Amino acid sequence: MIFTQKEFYHIIRDRWTMMMLVALPVLMIILFGFGITTEIKNSQFAILDLSRDVATQGIVNRLEASDYFTLEGYVTNTSQIESVFREGKIGLLVIFGQDFYEQLVRTGEAQIQLIADGTDPNTASTLVSYATSIIRGYQQELTASDQQGVPYQILPEVKLLYNPTMEGAYNTVPGVIGMILILICAMMTSVSITKEKEMGTMEVILVSPMPPLLIILSKVIPYFTISIINLTTVLLLSVFALNVPIVGSLWLLVFISLVYIIVSLALGLLISSVVEKQLVALLISAMGLILPIVMLSGLMFPVENMPIALQVVAQFIPAKWYIVAVKNVMIKGLGFSSILKEFMVLSGMGLIILTISLKKFKIRLE
Amino acid sequence: MSVIVAKNLTKRFGQFVAVDNISFEIEKGEIFGFLGANGAGKTTAMRMLCGLSLPSAGKGTVAGFDIEKQSEEVKAHIGYMSQKFAMYEDLKVWENLRLYAGIYGVPHKEIMPKIDQLLENLGFTSKKNTMVSALPLGWKQKLSFSAAIFHQPEIVFLDEPTGGVDPSTRRRFWELIYQAAEQGITVFVTTHYMDEAEYCNRVSIMVDGKIEVKSFYQAESMDQVFQKLARKAKRNSD
Amino acid sequence: MLRYLLEKEFKQFFRNPFLPRLVVIFPLTALLIFPLAANFDIENINLSVVDQDKSPFSKSLVQKIQASGYFRISNVSSNFQQALASVESDESDIILEIPPNFEKNLVREMRASLMISANAVNGVKGGLGTAYLSGIISDFNTNIRMQLTQNYNRLKVPNLEILPLYKYNPQLLYEVFMVPALMVMVLAMVCGFLPALNIVNEKEQGTLEQMNVTPVSKFTLILSKLLPYWVFGYVVLTVCIGVALFVWGLLPLGNLAVIYLFVTLFVLGFSGFGLVVSNYAANTQQAMFMIFFFVLSFIFLSGLYTPVANMPDWAQLISNISPLKYIIEVLRMVYLKGSGVQDLLPQLVALVGFATFFNGWAVLSYRKRG
Repeated sequence: MIFTQKEFYHIIRDRWTMMMLVALPVLMIILFGFGITTEIKNSQFAILDLSRDVATQGIVNRLEASDYFTLEGYVTNTSQIESVFREGKIGLLVIFGQDFYEQLVRTGEAQIQLIADGTDPNTASTLVSYATSIIRGYQQELTASDQQGVPYQILPEVKLLYNPTMEGAYNTVPGVIGMILILICAMMTSVSITKEKEMGTMEVILVSPMPPLLIILSKVIPYFTISIINLTTVLLLSVFALNVPIVGSLWLLVFISLVYIIVSLALGLLISSVVEKQLVALLISAMGLILPIVMLSGLMFPVENMPIALQVVAQFIPAKWYIVAVKNVMIKGLGFSSILKEFMVLSGMGLIILTISLKKFKIRLE
Repeated sequence: MSVIVAKNLTKRFGQFVAVDNISFEIEKGEIFGFLGANGAGKTTAMRMLCGLSLPSAGKGTVAGFDIEKQSEEVKAHIGYMSQKFAMYEDLKVWENLRLYAGIYGVPHKEIMPKIDQLLENLGFTSKKNTMVSALPLGWKQKLSFSAAIFHQPEIVFLDEPTGGVDPSTRRRFWELIYQAAEQGITVFVTTHYMDEAEYCNRVSIMVDGKIEVKSFYQAESMDQVFQKLARKAKRNSD
Repeated sequence: MLRYLLEKEFKQFFRNPFLPRLVVIFPLTALLIFPLAANFDIENINLSVVDQDKSPFSKSLVQKIQASGYFRISNVSSNFQQALASVESDESDIILEIPPNFEKNLVREMRASLMISANAVNGVKGGLGTAYLSGIISDFNTNIRMQLTQNYNRLKVPNLEILPLYKYNPQLLYEVFMVPALMVMVLAMVCGFLPALNIVNEKEQGTLEQMNVTPVSKFTLILSKLLPYWVFGYVVLTVCIGVALFVWGLLPLGNLAVIYLFVTLFVLGFSGFGLVVSNYAANTQQAMFMIFFFVLSFIFLSGLYTPVANMPDWAQLISNISPLKYIIEVLRMVYLKGSGVQDLLPQLVALVGFATFFNGWAVLSYRKRG
């Protein structure tokens, strides 16, 4: 296929573009896979301890011993609270009042105040709940040492399914794959076709006796190939660098990815068939594809937390379905029946988009 | 007095020698044609003279300024029309002219009257408010040329100015070039059309980066010269 | 000369069918919609209950969980396999399995166990969900113990009361966190993307070369490209501040002038960055890819979504070279904490540094000839 060859030459000769198409996804998966994490580790906290007794020391030691917290230092009086938070160094301040242990022994009750920096509500509530459960643990310990053995104890056994060590990458990798594939397939295709339109070379090809379907194929095949290379490198990296295993069938994962790639390419075609200018194609793919993927697809924020209207919008984003499918196959290790719905939706989207863009292309010919 | 002097100008891109040791002098008021097939190195040579490209070796002066060290002074004294049509498509005819006039420092008050004058001379007044994207190619080229000489430069460089239009449109374009030459503007023009070479006072022919025929005045028939050279050329056109 | 070049830039901008609308509509939609989407709150965790005991205790435990407000019972199964299937289909997030004889064991043997299995693909959600659930179970346990030990001296069981307080954002509203940062994202897109694309487009059209043979100095040329986008930056910022106020009810605790000052520095620096990219990119495709890569990296490493402090050390190091990190800190601090310039000196230094660095680089790397 001469036209496909031509398109390959365009990309390969342009060494810079080639390098970017292959190397940037690699950088992205590494950067995001390691970098995006909502886990809390070694969060800095400070103590305002007006008692300094056995009990407060016990609690501080327990907090410090956990992976979640690192002691930044002590605050000596209440007037410093404001400035400590303003500097933004600590996320949590633990306050013990006076005579903490004495009160606890005498009345059986004592108060601990936790002040969290609410600027980031997610971190704040996570820190508070971790600190709470650590303090509760200490309380259990106290109870246990007070009396021999706690009576009537309920012992919950916790099992974390699929991701026992709670790695953040398990959650981000599927999303990042979805984003990279859209970036390469939809954006690159739409920009490269509109570029030919702008330069006038598209007309030359369109008036040739080639059937339009072949013309489109020839534009799309190189990007299809590149996205398969990207898929391979990204999967290899997530398994060997990020330690995200492929629990389920690799072939099933590849299969659903191919479906997604086709949908993305179709989207690229659709954009380029409607738009005349590179710049517009670019902005549409940037604002209309990438941002919604980042915000609405479940890559960063759980879809189920969104208001209903946005949840409805999210249903129209191919990446949303793809991400669910990747999570099911790659991380949960489920079979085809679990992603049947996702597969149907993605193929349906692909078919509809392809039909529309092919029609648009033909109209241009006449 | 020579307004353009090139001495052993050379431009290499890695291993490839695009312009190989060329030397020539051009007198004030001349229409100097630079002939050669596509890829012979004409555009590269011209880009060096205009200060768009640094020579790998050799020297040159344009309007008395060194092309290597005084390229910004060179630019103030020349006009340039590139092979690619380079007016802003999303600006109107007068807006494009006004932009280039302003850039070359034509005094503000003179700009609009001069534009009106120019458009009238060209018989183009009715198109003053037309978006450039809506003009036919021949008119775009005329407009480009007019913009390039709007500030009355000493020299105007034209790189394949009439590509892609029919001979009669080309002839009308050359009338503009003659008008400019009459005003004392030296014209340096590259082309691969033989008939255009005949319009020049003097021509040099470039083959594979070298000047093969030095600055002959229109003596032999152009056709004969050209065919002789074409047989020797090794580089593929394009 | 600058005057004519600016005239041209503005005319081209307003003639574009797309760009002027973009500058207004993009910040509007981004600030209206994205804060709604960006919600990490863990509420309505879907719970699948496998109650094999069906005793008064187990029933009251389930009731207590339901009453907590964090959980929604989405599935009631008779065995673990069924419950697991509901997790696999994402119908449930956590399984609570109450084994047979739960109540009997607790009363007779003083011990009873429960099984919690959480979907931890999203580690945070899984972790927090189990933490909440364990907390509720622990409370329930305390109550039960009190009931059962009424005869004993129950005063001896110590109780620690924990009083959480959230500074700057007492109700933990997520939009308070997101809106100031989203402003930065929009500014980065408009002021970093557009000038770079504009220049690369002129490169492709050949008009930039035409400019390069004119005596216009590269400084003037660059200024003419950037100035319009600085102006649009202010338009965007003002739209953003308006949306923040009228839609989200957010007004900076600090001084608005401080915000404008820092945004000016940021926009200066970031548009310079866009220029650097455009100097190296040969065509739109390259420019776009480079910008996308850098902007996305800058955004993800800036703490817009996930706090920089949570990142691994090397990522925290890299995040120091993201100008977005500093301006996001500034906007959050001015909006929420009311910080003034004196609190923001490190950020001031960093942003001035970026502006000098990128614009210096842009001027140096711009070549009027090759």
